[in-house]
Amino acid sequence: MFAPAPFLLKNVSVSKVMTEVCLALLPAIVVYSWLVTPAILAQLVIATLAALLAEAAMLRVQGRPVGMFLTDGSAVVTAWLIALTFPPLAPWWLVATGTVFAIVVAKHLYGGLGQNPFNPAMVAFAACIVSFPALMSQWPTAGLQLGFGEQLQVILGLAPRVDALSGATPLDALKTALKLSEDSVSVVQLLANQEIYGNFAGRGWEWVAAAYLLGGLWLWQRKLITWHAPFAFLAGFSIISGALWLYNPAQFANPLFHLLSGGTMIGAFFIVTDPVSGCTTPRGKLIFGASAGLLAYIIRVFGGYPDGVAFAVLLLNLCAPVIDLLTQPAIFGMKDKS
Amino acid sequence: MISREEIRTIANNGIWKQNTSIVQILGLCPLLAVTTNAVNGIMLSLATIIVMALSNVAVASLRNFIPHEIRIPVFILIVAALVTVVDLLFNANLHELYLVLGIFIPLIVTNCIVLARVESFAAKNPPLQSTFDGVFMGIGMLWTLAVLGAMRELLGSGTLLGGIDMVFPSIQPIQLLPESYPGFLLALLPPGAFILLGCMIAWKNWMDARAAEKAKRKPPVPAEVFGCN
Repeated sequence: MFAPAPFLLKNVSVSKVMTEVCLALLPAIVVYSWLVTPAILAQLVIATLAALLAEAAMLRVQGRPVGMFLTDGSAVVTAWLIALTFPPLAPWWLVATGTVFAIVVAKHLYGGLGQNPFNPAMVAFAACIVSFPALMSQWPTAGLQLGFGEQLQVILGLAPRVDALSGATPLDALKTALKLSEDSVSVVQLLANQEIYGNFAGRGWEWVAAAYLLGGLWLWQRKLITWHAPFAFLAGFSIISGALWLYNPAQFANPLFHLLSGGTMIGAFFIVTDPVSGCTTPRGKLIFGASAGLLAYIIRVFGGYPDGVAFAVLLLNLCAPVIDLLTQPAIFGMKDKS
Repeated sequence: MISREEIRTIANNGIWKQNTSIVQILGLCPLLAVTTNAVNGIMLSLATIIVMALSNVAVASLRNFIPHEIRIPVFILIVAALVTVVDLLFNANLHELYLVLGIFIPLIVTNCIVLARVESFAAKNPPLQSTFDGVFMGIGMLWTLAVLGAMRELLGSGTLLGGIDMVFPSIQPIQLLPESYPGFLLALLPPGAFILLGCMIAWKNWMDARAAEKAKRKPPVPAEVFGCN
């Protein structure tokens, strides 16, 4: 995929970009391990190891230079995004399977770095939630009383997985509670429970989302991403959730809840901004982001899965080439497209 | 009559060179729906082999009497009659399996593999050659569906030959992976079939490319080696 003219040469390498994306994820990782569970650090290590192994193996099979591609950091970014979207107490093989699937199938079978039509991290999420729905929806409960060592044992399969350890995400909990109560409880009453939902969207999780926002804004300030896709994604999310919230505040949660829960923030700044599987023209990015936001909300609220960001992004990835084609800006110096 | 060389060519075409599933990519619908385990794939392929062998021999024998303009409806009628026979046979003798395979046995009649062989081979060749063609094309389908089914079954549920008790009641499925294996459900779903079929096609192309390279590198074989019979 090519960006529209004018072509200006900037001194950026893939590894530099990838390093900065990893840096932008750091605040969220710190908040995550501090407020939710430190087990995320173990998942990050597992995912990174799995990604590097899979990447090296695939490069070797194809006879491409292993060292050069392995150190470009793209596999690490994919691995970190996968670890951050998977349940932190999932068994080690779950995140490893997802990562290997992402690197082998979603990245290298399509031609490697820069050739993948789908976002590898979202492919991993979709493949795993379809294959292992139970494990993928077990998230640590709000008042998780378990040391880091014990959590490690659970991840490595040395200690039994107790169902009480894990519950639904705030997002999923809200959906289930609404479904079970059959309109007798309003969203406002449910959200008043600060044990689960915190101040805005989910105890702990809302601050993780805020940290993604911070990292994303830094990426924007560093000019690694443009404002179009994240803005449109959040706008799409806000518009549909705001409209439905105004229509019936008892049944639909407020826009802030939706912006700060689930994968909205990580999706806005780290997934829909993917330069390979997303759109490249400014107008295309706006269309891509807004449609992904709308679709993610619809799948999240009316669908059967806990969150809809992954499926929405994958569906929009399919449309990205057409959107790009139809939104070609005028050539520099010309009046219109011809 | 038929020479040994002819049989070899027909067999090579059916099993490898013109393989219905990984070269011609025909009959994808039953392939995706049925190969959730090896036994289903093998049994559907066996049904297809019977239909293909019989329809090829029937069409080849009648090929000089069928008007060219209406040949397709006539072929379909012949195939449909034979499929009905196989369908009733399965229903009577392998009833449980019949329920599992369901609509895909009657659908053999619309399977493009059958019609493709009838149209492109049996309508132009004598009955004996056509019978061999039907059988070997079917064997080509059989091994690909068996391998694909076995891979999907192993990845998806950790067993091998699941459902074999529907064919031979005395044999039990083999649990290859430990009971606690969670099962990679994606392999059992249609996307898994597409991904694994893609891998098989890639493997076949890789084998062919390697063979071609080897043949190119090898110096020409002296002529007298051939005449040793």
